Amino acid sequence: MRYGAEILVYLKEGVLDTQGKAVAASLTRLGYDDPSVRVGKYIRVEIEASDIDSAKETFDKMCKDLLVNAIVEDYTVKVEELR
Amino acid sequence: MNVAVVVFPGSNCDRDVVKAIKHATGDEAELVWHGETELPGETDLVVLPGGFSYGDYLRCGAMAHTAPIMADVKRHADRGGLVLGICNGFQVLTESKMLPGALLVNRDLAFICRPVEISVERNDTAFTSGYEKGQVITVPIAHYEGRYHLPEDELDLLEKRGQVAFRYSGGNPNGALNDIAGIFNEGGNVLGMMPHPERYSDRAVGGDDGLPMWLSIKRWIERTGA
Repeated sequence: MRYGAEILVYLKEGVLDTQGKAVAASLTRLGYDDPSVRVGKYIRVEIEASDIDSAKETFDKMCKDLLVNAIVEDYTVKVEELR
Repeated sequence: MNVAVVVFPGSNCDRDVVKAIKHATGDEAELVWHGETELPGETDLVVLPGGFSYGDYLRCGAMAHTAPIMADVKRHADRGGLVLGICNGFQVLTESKMLPGALLVNRDLAFICRPVEISVERNDTAFTSGYEKGQVITVPIAHYEGRYHLPEDELDLLEKRGQVAFRYSGGNPNGALNDIAGIFNEGGNVLGMMPHPERYSDRAVGGDDGLPMWLSIKRWIERTGA
């Protein structure tokens, strides 16, 4: 079975997000009142797996092995079964 | 001394390192392709050079840590062998967990390329014996992601253990915590630094404050035979 994951990677709370701050400043210039912005990454991965649990496990391992730097980043994984 | 300079796809300071070492010590450094699985047999020092390994896609240095040669670089370090990561090489070392912390986008979101002053925090190491403790030297930086970050409790530990090698002096260019420009591992045999000593190893190209580093390393290797 084939599974797809939407992986969102973002800087941890407390880690200065310079890109988020720059975007927030631009939004403020456009008249938006004091927005708080964090900029992250979207990663789409598809794999073959026997079932959804093992797919989830594999996606999670991918995050720990390479996709996410746990020192400064957090992530979420949304898994779906594909046809 | 036998030096291996690892070449990743996108490395662009590899030949500068070879030239700096030749100029400073007279020794020939060897370029080693990232796809190799073993370092040359007699390697004393491994240099991970600056550049944009694997295009810096995903995160700087992240993909380089999966390169085949890196397993042997880790073995070399675990045996107490010397490893020097410069700029992108520093990022590779943190991504490989051979050094603690991470390098984030510069505070002011700008690529910075200019000479900066850094202070030498220790001179009792393989890499820095040619300097005075506390000496301020000028070495160029050239990076977009050089803001050193480490969670606070680990940063305290890093400081307590004396693992800070260099600190920005006279202005922090990138917002690095505690003005950190370079750090050692616990054993002191792995050094990662954002400034480029190889670019200031010959007065003909602007300065030679990087030169004592190569001489320190050579002396250390000759003295310890490792």
